[in-house]
Amino acid sequence: MTGAFRVLDRHLKVFGRTWQHNLMFNVMEPLLYLSAMGFGLGAFVQEIDGMSYIQFIAPGMIALSAMYSATFECTYGTFVRLHYQKAFHAMLAGPVTVKDVVLGEILYGMMKSVLFGIVILVVVALLGQIPSWQALWIPLFLILPGTLFSIMALCYSGITTNIDYINYYITLVIMPFFLFGGLYFPVSALPGVVQKLNWLNPLYHSVEVCRALAFGNPAQAIGFHVAILAAMSALLLPLPIRLMKTRLLS
Amino acid sequence: MIKLDYVISAQNLSKKYGSFQALKGISFRIQEGECFGFLGHNGAGKSTTMRMIYGLSTVDEGQLTIWDQPITLTPPEIKSRLGIVPQEDSLDPDLTVLENLEVYGGLFGLSRSQSQMLGRQLLDDMGMLEKEHDSVESLSGGLKRRLVIARALINQPQIIILDEPTTGLDPQARHQVWQKLRSLKSQGVTLILTTHYMEEATQICDRLVIMHEGLILAEGSPMELIARCVLPYVIEIHLPIQDVPEQLMKHAGRFNAEVLQVANGIFLYCQDGHRLWEQLKHWDIPQHACFLRPSNLEDVFLKLTGKGEEQ
Repeated sequence: MTGAFRVLDRHLKVFGRTWQHNLMFNVMEPLLYLSAMGFGLGAFVQEIDGMSYIQFIAPGMIALSAMYSATFECTYGTFVRLHYQKAFHAMLAGPVTVKDVVLGEILYGMMKSVLFGIVILVVVALLGQIPSWQALWIPLFLILPGTLFSIMALCYSGITTNIDYINYYITLVIMPFFLFGGLYFPVSALPGVVQKLNWLNPLYHSVEVCRALAFGNPAQAIGFHVAILAAMSALLLPLPIRLMKTRLLS
Repeated sequence: MIKLDYVISAQNLSKKYGSFQALKGISFRIQEGECFGFLGHNGAGKSTTMRMIYGLSTVDEGQLTIWDQPITLTPPEIKSRLGIVPQEDSLDPDLTVLENLEVYGGLFGLSRSQSQMLGRQLLDDMGMLEKEHDSVESLSGGLKRRLVIARALINQPQIIILDEPTTGLDPQARHQVWQKLRSLKSQGVTLILTTHYMEEATQICDRLVIMHEGLILAEGSPMELIARCVLPYVIEIHLPIQDVPEQLMKHAGRFNAEVLQVANGIFLYCQDGHRLWEQLKHWDIPQHACFLRPSNLEDVFLKLTGKGEEQ
């Protein structure tokens, strides 16, 4: 694990240089959605489950930012480090293993998820859209989806050979998560099959937990969502390590 | 009897990528403190061998030992004592020159202040301290290479592996790199390098192997190899092949000279170059199309790899 933290340390140094662009990218988009949907669509929607529309979607923006941060870091960011900068090769010439490199990537993606999730949390809280103090647990919770989205993205980065193919992952995996994950309407409005499929949607679980914490009603099966996210992470973790071994070692 | 310390040894090392046999069973032993070269064209198997040593390739067939430890995939404990100069620069474009060294030192567990201090010292050694705050992107090819070498030295390695360290450099930058390598050797560091530049191998290698198509064709010091494999002088005859007199073979035979046909003419290897030079005019070969020089490693290479065809 020491090796993984050393890899993370390298990433943090780079992050210290590039965080402004990162902030723009990862934070602006959820805030644009929040304002467009919240004020635009919100004008036509009275209330959902006793919340104003903007209150309903605000926690989802936190989960969305967390998903984006990990996803973009561990797809485009990882791909550039792997293929263009040869950063992994350079690191592997030092006393680290492929496992360390992959874990370092996951830690970095997770850390960015938590960080940018916090930024959105602070913004929506300042806008007065977070009723409960229990929302302070959200950053801690974001470790889980941050880890899972990083692992998933790394699996794809381990397979793909062209940076343009990352679009497939974004369009075919991340977009459905985003559209059907219950960010903008309760998933109960969806057909039964899609509702079932949502059990495999990490963003859905993430949104449910963020919303429950933001409204202070954790009784609503938080444990279940957390367990699913943890189980998916644990199950998938060996995969990116294996894929990157194939990619980096010969 | 002198006991030789081998830091790296390989027996029958082979490597296959799919159906391509990159290494066909090579054996070599590298002594502590020497500069050992792997000389060969692209695709000869040099980089594959390097990758096995520094842990980017697994050893599937044959044995590789580093400091008496058998290797399958070089573990971090061994890598922490190696310094690697890979073929690609692989520098961090987002970071400055000094930050690159800092971050790399961090991988070896050096504290930020330790690696800063060491990093500055290395930049000074490389004659590029004034560039410490420059972005890596702004450096010339030669400076980038020197930075990669500095980076490989941040952990004060006992063995430095350089995979084509001067490819793509201009002659001046190349000489600067050689100078640095010589000074490292004088400090007792073991150097292992691959190159396809014969001059580089002659200039800095104590011993080398000539590799071709996954095999080692010869091993020895540059001078030994020249003495063993080719005659001491060569006359290069740069004439279109149809203009070379047919009797040349016969004439050459009388002087015990060896004839090698190469891409751009004919090479005549002989014991006494000056004596043969005087004969050229009697053989209807114009001297202005010819060039007499002592044999070098390139001739050894041409002869062994069959790049020239013996007549």
